[in-house]
Amino acid sequence: MVSILEGLGCEVCYNPEQTCCGQPAFNAGFRNDCRAVAEKFIGDFNAADPIVAPSGSCTGFVRNYYGQLFQEEGPGDGEILPIQKQVYEFSEFLVDVLGVTNVGAALHAKATYHDACGALRECGIKDAPRKLLQKVLGLELVEAADCEVCCGFGGTFAVKFEPISTSMAEQKVVNAMKLGAEYIISTDSSCLMQLDAYIRKHKCNIKVMHIADVLASRKGRH
Amino acid sequence: MIAVGNREQIFLKQSLEKSKDLAHRQKMNHALKQSDDAFEKGKGQFSDLELARDWANAIKRDAIMQLDTYLCEFERKFTSRGGKVIWAQTADQAVEAVKAICSRHRAKTVVKSKSMVSEEIRLNQALKDGGVEVVETDLGEYIQQLADEAPYHIVAPSLHKSKEEVAQLFVDKLGTEPELRPDQLTQVARKVLRKKFREAEVGITGVNFLLADIGGMVLTENEGNGRLTTGFPKVHIALTGIEKILPSVHQLSLFLPLLATHASGQHITVYNAILTGPRKADEADGPEEMYIILLDNGRTNILADPTARESLYCIRCGACLNVCPVYKNIGGHTYDTTYSGPIGSVITPHLNGLKDNKHLSYASSLCGSCTEVCPVRIPLHNLLLYNRQQSVAAGYNSGMEKVMFLTWKKMMLNRKLMNAGSGDVKNWVFKVFVSKIWGKDRELPMFPKKNFSQQWKARRQQK
Ligand code: SF4
Repeated sequence: MVSILEGLGCEVCYNPEQTCCGQPAFNAGFRNDCRAVAEKFIGDFNAADPIVAPSGSCTGFVRNYYGQLFQEEGPGDGEILPIQKQVYEFSEFLVDVLGVTNVGAALHAKATYHDACGALRECGIKDAPRKLLQKVLGLELVEAADCEVCCGFGGTFAVKFEPISTSMAEQKVVNAMKLGAEYIISTDSSCLMQLDAYIRKHKCNIKVMHIADVLASRKGRH
Repeated sequence: MIAVGNREQIFLKQSLEKSKDLAHRQKMNHALKQSDDAFEKGKGQFSDLELARDWANAIKRDAIMQLDTYLCEFERKFTSRGGKVIWAQTADQAVEAVKAICSRHRAKTVVKSKSMVSEEIRLNQALKDGGVEVVETDLGEYIQQLADEAPYHIVAPSLHKSKEEVAQLFVDKLGTEPELRPDQLTQVARKVLRKKFREAEVGITGVNFLLADIGGMVLTENEGNGRLTTGFPKVHIALTGIEKILPSVHQLSLFLPLLATHASGQHITVYNAILTGPRKADEADGPEEMYIILLDNGRTNILADPTARESLYCIRCGACLNVCPVYKNIGGHTYDTTYSGPIGSVITPHLNGLKDNKHLSYASSLCGSCTEVCPVRIPLHNLLLYNRQQSVAAGYNSGMEKVMFLTWKKMMLNRKLMNAGSGDVKNWVFKVFVSKIWGKDRELPMFPKKNFSQQWKARRQQK
């Protein structure tokens, strides 16, 4: 991601002290623990610059939940904080902010794109990653009928309700393989980690790849 | 009644069974794919579905915010035409009221059209215990009654049964010829049910909408059994939760198509009736007495909570179940609740107690498909999150989980702690502590040797 952004003329800053947006605790119901980490998150960034994350889930969390997190208990989304308008998912930033779809990548393979829930439903990202992938030299993109169905990760859900979570992963992987895809590509590492865990265990003939890695790929076959 | 604290374990056990049951998976995927296709086609009738949903949300918000006013208006108008309104605070009160009416009319047979509220208050069993025969007349419900099972889905009660299974059920319970086709099965049911309609002294139905301005109730159905249930017997009892109110009859032009499309992909349901009271002296048909039971049964708990309140907008279309990957994998009975799927997981903790039902709010990957589809824009996955917060605030979560998040917080507040330990060490920690709960069907995730922060520093030093 860094090399692509720099290649497009961006100056990339990274604060090595940053950690997490706080989502894991929030999703488990631990709002106060989340709030402490989220406060640190806000302080870790320069207020003026856009924040780009290789994850629709983290982006969606900051964008849609920070207001609610910092208001007192009660309904509604709370006051909108500046940081909520500052965060972008990587593919969305490239296409919607920089206006770039061709980053000069090459990957000779057949792949299917998995719409990560955070990217799709929290951020409304549907076209941007596809536009970028269509411009990758040699990449044949096939759409799965269940491209918008959740991979089954869901944070603590993946361990608390392991059988349901695994069945969901299984169906995603099997359906992608039926299409003859060699790669499942997505915007979010957590989905890919979940799918990869199933793939490695069952020695399936398919791999996962983060969209940033695809876009950084220049070598043809990865 | 299941022992306290065991519901979560039973849920886990059932969900394991169902997730691995490939025949179940195939039936569910098939049935829900059909409903998905129907919905995709049906929604084309809205030139702007998003606007329709906004509008519906605004109307339901108004309805729920002024619930008391609208309900009283409904009561005034409905009773002015001879209808009788019974307010029931609890399930028991509702059951007692039905039983009292039945015994006043010496009812031996009761016909019922679909009513989830009757499931909620366990009416069938109570009537049966009192010696009254209860006959479900909605085909799906009839099938479930023959099988002695609760509904699998709030709109499509026997969604999980293949046509072969239904044919076999008819052989076993009704002695029909084997391997009948669906249309033949329907004819068999029709014959049985017609007789019951003529015999029954009382008809019981659910309600799709209550209309405040005209004091009416709306029944919408596809089989015509609802009309027979309300038309044949001398007495009609309608059961409804208090949240089913709409301020005005004019709003049906929005809500009937919205419900039909989200429930079954139809533009409009086949039979739609507005009932405003019992038969008048100059009318040829209709029941002599018409009762409506307005049930609270925990709904005012939800009303009192400004965040959870939105879940009362629900029009019970079932769309959130249809799109839910968890529902699809575990099926309706695993929830062991009257209302299954996302909406069930949202409201059950408020209706039946958070402590015993909090696991339902955690049994979601929070993918948000439910919120995306809900015609009245209930933020379902956010309400699941809200229930989780309530659970933590009430101290219902395990000590281990609390410690886990405390440790997590410590690490996340201090990058040095997070950096501590190489990738290899973290992989080892994962193997020891996470491998058990991660299950047998997935390999553990691997940490890279150096994390991004370390790679970044190295990269800067090279420059
Ligand atoms: S919550 Fe929404 S989608 Fe689910 S049944 Fe109710 S109205 Fe339908």
